[in-house]
Amino acid sequence: MLTIAFYILSALTISSALMVLFSKSPIYSVLWLVICFFSITGHYILLDAHFLAIVNLIVYAGAIMVLFLYVIMLMNLNKESEPQKPVWLKFASVITGCLLMIVLAGALKGYSELPPAAIAEDFGTAKGVGKVLFTEFLMPFEVASILFITAMVGAVILAKKHVND
Amino acid sequence: MEKFAWLIPALPLIGFLFSIFFGKKVSKIVVASVASIFVLIPFVITVAIFIPFISVAEAEAIRIPLLEWINIGKLTVNYSIQLDQLSLMMMLVITGVGFLIHLYSAGYMHDDEGFHRFFAYLNLFIFFMLVLVMGSNFLMLFIGWEGVGLCSYLLIGFWYKNMDYNKAANKAFIMNRIGDLGLLLGIFLIYLRFSSFEYSRIAYEAIDIAIGDPIITSITILLFIGAIGKSAQLPLFTWLPDAMAGPTPVSALIHAATMVTAGVYLIIRTNILFTLAPFTQEIIMFVGLATALFAATIGLKQNDIKKVLAYSTVSQLGYMFFALGLGAYTAAYFHLFTHAFFKALLFLGSGSVIHAMSGEQDLRKMGGLKKALPITHATFLIGTIAIAGLPPLAGFFSKDQILASAFAHHPVLWILGVLGALMTAFYMFRLYYLAFHGSFRGTHEQEHHLHESPKTMTVPLVILAVMSVIAGFVNVPEVLGGGHWLDNFFTPLLAGTTLILEENVHEHLSYTVEYILMGSSVLAVLAVIFYARIRYKNNGHVPAEDSEPMSFLERLLSKKYYVDELYDGIVSNPVVKGAGLLYNYIEVNFIDRIVNGVGQLVVLSSRTARFMQTGNVGFYIFAMVIGALVILAANTFLH
Amino acid sequence: MENITQFTGALTINHYLFLSSVLFSIGVMGVLLRRNFIIIFMCVELMLNAVNILLAAFSRYNGNQSGQVFVFFIMVVAAAEVAVGLAILVMIFRNIRTTDINALKNLKW
Repeated sequence: MLTIAFYILSALTISSALMVLFSKSPIYSVLWLVICFFSITGHYILLDAHFLAIVNLIVYAGAIMVLFLYVIMLMNLNKESEPQKPVWLKFASVITGCLLMIVLAGALKGYSELPPAAIAEDFGTAKGVGKVLFTEFLMPFEVASILFITAMVGAVILAKKHVND
Repeated sequence: MEKFAWLIPALPLIGFLFSIFFGKKVSKIVVASVASIFVLIPFVITVAIFIPFISVAEAEAIRIPLLEWINIGKLTVNYSIQLDQLSLMMMLVITGVGFLIHLYSAGYMHDDEGFHRFFAYLNLFIFFMLVLVMGSNFLMLFIGWEGVGLCSYLLIGFWYKNMDYNKAANKAFIMNRIGDLGLLLGIFLIYLRFSSFEYSRIAYEAIDIAIGDPIITSITILLFIGAIGKSAQLPLFTWLPDAMAGPTPVSALIHAATMVTAGVYLIIRTNILFTLAPFTQEIIMFVGLATALFAATIGLKQNDIKKVLAYSTVSQLGYMFFALGLGAYTAAYFHLFTHAFFKALLFLGSGSVIHAMSGEQDLRKMGGLKKALPITHATFLIGTIAIAGLPPLAGFFSKDQILASAFAHHPVLWILGVLGALMTAFYMFRLYYLAFHGSFRGTHEQEHHLHESPKTMTVPLVILAVMSVIAGFVNVPEVLGGGHWLDNFFTPLLAGTTLILEENVHEHLSYTVEYILMGSSVLAVLAVIFYARIRYKNNGHVPAEDSEPMSFLERLLSKKYYVDELYDGIVSNPVVKGAGLLYNYIEVNFIDRIVNGVGQLVVLSSRTARFMQTGNVGFYIFAMVIGALVILAANTFLH
Repeated sequence: MENITQFTGALTINHYLFLSSVLFSIGVMGVLLRRNFIIIFMCVELMLNAVNILLAAFSRYNGNQSGQVFVFFIMVVAAAEVAVGLAILVMIFRNIRTTDINALKNLKW
C-alpha cells in the first residue's frame, strides 16, 4: 500500500520537475514547481516527517514560490522570449544530466537493504523535532536568526532603487 | 684574570660596531679615543694574563671554552680560546703595536672624511687578528684568517674613489684567496686524519706518527700554500707592494706587523706536523730563501719610499720562512717579533715623511729632511739600523739566530742569508740617505710645508724606536752571555717536535764558530752601509727619472722582474678572455635562450589557456558539472 | 497524526536514493538547458529539495531525528538564499534589461 503511494508520488514529482524544465512561460514553470513541492510534501509524510512536511509546504510552496512569482511579475516575463541554446548544447546538457544520474545511482547503490529502524513515538512530530532542535541544535538555531536578519537587510539594501545624487 | 680573556677580542668588535653606526654622529676625537681605548684595554688585559703566565716555568696552555658552535653528529666545534706562549706573545704584539698605530692614525688621518670608517675597519681588523691567534682550533683560525683578508681588502681600497686602489685591493684579496684554498684543503685533510680541529688533539696524536707520512706531508704542503698567499711568499707576493695603495698606518699594521705574519703563526702552531714532513720543510726553506733574495734585489731599485719598505717586508718574511724551513721555529718567531717593531716604525716614519711632504712619496723628490723632521729622522735611523742587523739593536739578535741555524744546516745557506742581509742593509740605508740627507729636491710649496708631525704621530714613533732597541734582549744567545729567554719560554710549544727529533734540534755550534759568523756578518754589513753612505749621502747618484735610459739589469729590477706582467699574461688575461668567451657563446646563446624561452612558454600557454574564460556563465556551470561528474565517477568506479 | 509505523513492503532506502538522484539530475539538466536565470534559480531549488528528501529518508531509516533537523536548517538557509539571490537578480535585470544569462559577458577574456 505504501509502495503504491510512493510510486504515485514519485511519478508526480518527476513529471512536474520535468515540466518545470520544459515549460515555455516562466509562470508555468513556477506553478509546476509548486506542484512538485506538494508531492515532495507527500514524500515527507510517507517518511514520518510530519513537521517537516508542513514546514516544507509553508516555507517552500508558500513563501519561496510566491517570492519567485512576484519577481517574475515585476519583470513582466509573461511571454517566453528567451533565445534558445544551440541544439548541440541542449543535447550535451541532457547527456550530462543523465550521466550524472547514472553515476549517482552507481555511487549510492549497494546500500544496505535493511528495513527501517524502530522509531520513537514522537518521531518527526513538532514535539519530537522541537526536543532535538532546542537541546542539541540550540546554537545553530539561534545563529539562524542572525542569518535571517542578515538576509533581510541584504535583500532590502540590494534591491533598493538608488537615487542618483 | 683569564676569565676576562673573552674581552680581548670582544672589545675591538664593539669598537667596530660603535664606529660604524655612530662614528659619523660623534666628533673625530671621540671616534679615535673609543677605538684606541678599545685596543688599549685588551693590551692591558693581555699583559695582566701574561705576567703570571711567564712566572711559571714551562706553563701549560690555558683553554677557555666560550660558546658552543657546531654540534652535528660526531663533530663538535666550539668557540674557545687557547692561551699559551705563542698566542700570548702574538696578542701582545697585536694589541700593543695596534694601539700605537691607532694613536698614530688619529693624527695621520685627521683630515680624511672617512675617519670613522677607518677606525671601524682598524678595530675590526684587530678583532679578526685576535680571533686568528686566540682560537684553539683550526676553524677559528680560518675565521680570523678570512676576516683579516677582508679587512685588508677594505683598508687597502679605503680611498675607494680611486680605481687603481680598488684594483690593488682586489689583487690582494684574490691572491690571498688562492692561498686560502690550500689552507682550507689542508684543514679538511687534518679533520680527515685526526677527526678533530683542536690543536691539542692534533699535537697529542701526531707524536705517534712516523716521519715522512704521506698524509701529513700533503697537509703541510697545503697549509704552506695558505701561508704563501697570506704572507706574500714567492709566487704569491705581488699583492703586497700594490697594497701600499692603502693609507700608511694600514701598511704598518697589516702588511708589516700582523696580517702577513699569520702564515708564520700557522706554521709555528702546527710545528709538530712540519717536523713530521721534512720534505715540506725543504720546500719551505727554499721558497723562503728565494723570496728573501728576490725581493731584496727588487728593493735595490725602487724609488717610492713605501715600495722599498714593501719589498723589504717581503724579504724579511722570506727570512722567517727560511727559518721555519730550517726547523728553527723560535728563531722565526723571534724575527717576527722584532720585525713587527722596526718595520712598523719604518712605515710610520715614512708616513710621517709623506705627511710632511704633502703626499709626495718619490725618493727622488726628497732630501735633507733631517733638519725639518728631527724626531722622525732619529727614529727612522734607529729603525734602519735595526733592520740592517747591527748590534745591539733588535734586528741583530733575531737575524743572527736565523743565520746561525742556516750555517748549522749548510754553510752555503749561511752565505746566501748574509747576501740577503747585505742587500737589506744597502737598500735601507740608500732609502735613509736619499730621504734625509743631501739637499732638498722637491718643489717650492713642498719645502714650505715641511713640518714635524704632531705628537700623536711622533709618540708612537718614539715608543716603537725604544722597542726596536730593546726587543732583541728577549733572546740573547748563550754565546753572548745571555739567558735566551724566548728559547726557554717556547719549549713546551715545541715539545712535540723535540720529542720526535730526539737528537738535538739545535746542533749547537761551538762558540768560536758563532763568534766568527757574527763578527763577519756585522763587518760586512758595516762595509755595505759605508758604501751606501759614500754613494748616496751628499746628493750623489740620485736615481734618475723614469724617462732616462736604463741598462737591462736596471730595467729588470725596477720593473720588478716583470712578474706582474707575467701573471697578467699567464693567468689574468686568459681568465678574462675565457670568461668573455663563455659569456658570449654560452650565456647569451644558450642559457639566456633557455631562460627567456621559459618565459615565452608561459606567455604562450597562457594565451592559449585564456580562451577558457568565455565569460559565459552557462559554460562555467557546464564545466563545473562535468568536473563534479568526473570526480564522482573516478571515486566510485576506480576505488 | 499517528505514526505510520507499519512500514512493511519492499520500500527500502534504495528507492529514495534513486528518486533523489533523478530529481537532482533533472535539476542539473535544468541549470544547463535554460537561459533564463529565474528558471535556473528554480532548478537550484529543485536540487536542494532532492537532497532534502534523501536526508529525511536516511533520518527515517536510521531512527535519528538529527537528519530532520538538518533538513530544517537547509530550508532555513534556502529561504534566506532565495531572498538575497532574487534581490541580486532584480538588480541585474535593472541593469541589463533582459533575463538572458549570456548577456553577462564582462568576464570574457
